[in-house]
Amino acid sequence: MSEDHASTAIAARVRRLEERLVDAGVVSDAELDTILNRFLAKASPLNGARIVARAWVDEGFRERLLDDANSAIKELGLSLGGDHAELRLRVVANTQTLHNVIVCTLCSCYPLQLLGPSPSWYKSLAYRSRVVRVPRDVLAEFGLHLPDDVEIAVWDSSAESRYMVLPMRPPGTEDKSEDELAGLVTREGLIGTAAV
Amino acid sequence: MGEARFVAGDKVRTHTVDPPHHTRLPRYIRGQVGEVVEPEGAWPLPDDRARDLPESRVETVYAVRFAARDLWGEGTHSVTVDLWESYLEPAGEDDT
Repeated sequence: MSEDHASTAIAARVRRLEERLVDAGVVSDAELDTILNRFLAKASPLNGARIVARAWVDEGFRERLLDDANSAIKELGLSLGGDHAELRLRVVANTQTLHNVIVCTLCSCYPLQLLGPSPSWYKSLAYRSRVVRVPRDVLAEFGLHLPDDVEIAVWDSSAESRYMVLPMRPPGTEDKSEDELAGLVTREGLIGTAAV
Repeated sequence: MGEARFVAGDKVRTHTVDPPHHTRLPRYIRGQVGEVVEPEGAWPLPDDRARDLPESRVETVYAVRFAARDLWGEGTHSVTVDLWESYLEPAGEDDT
């Protein structure tokens, strides 16, 4: 379960299946690329940033998001569905006293549709094994130095739920528009390895 | 699938069994006591799906929170893990 995905039996099986389908003329490389590109074009951290910005400016949306994220993100035309069954989305909010961070210790579960393809460190054995053990040290290595009185909650997304962090709105952003606020949100902020 | 067996706040202990097939019960929390945060709906059990059993069990999945000091003997953080119902049993009276 810990090896790189490219070397796993399932990855080899997928490659063989793809070759056979292409050889048999069922599908072409170009068609597969088109499908993948279509998915990836929709799967971007801009989606997560839009959700966060809306939650910062609309208290009602924030409450709905934390209560039932799957329903709330439909208001923005987003979903965790797509070509397969819809996964459950759980958004966890940072506060002055609580910081959330996401990991998948068993593999690399990640809300692709909202955050785009995951960064390579997210899939690394070092991140997966250490963030559940010494999260404060790991976050400091990312440059996020949390005060001692801020509790850390690690979420190990080992099943069919996908997690996203709702960062705190930075101070001094009262005059910014929703679009400008979305521009402040980083992918790392949505994973919890950065403040915003 | 029947009713969800656990509710938020229940203390549960994870199984210690190391099965000879795929499972999604991470090793680092086996045999540990945690607290149910919330049920997350019902999903097919990966242990059954990975073995291509004709009928996969469908079970409630729970977010279960563990204290770092219970897992590692130190630390003040919590780790919350999503676990299928059959990975869990009620924690006994003596469990903390």
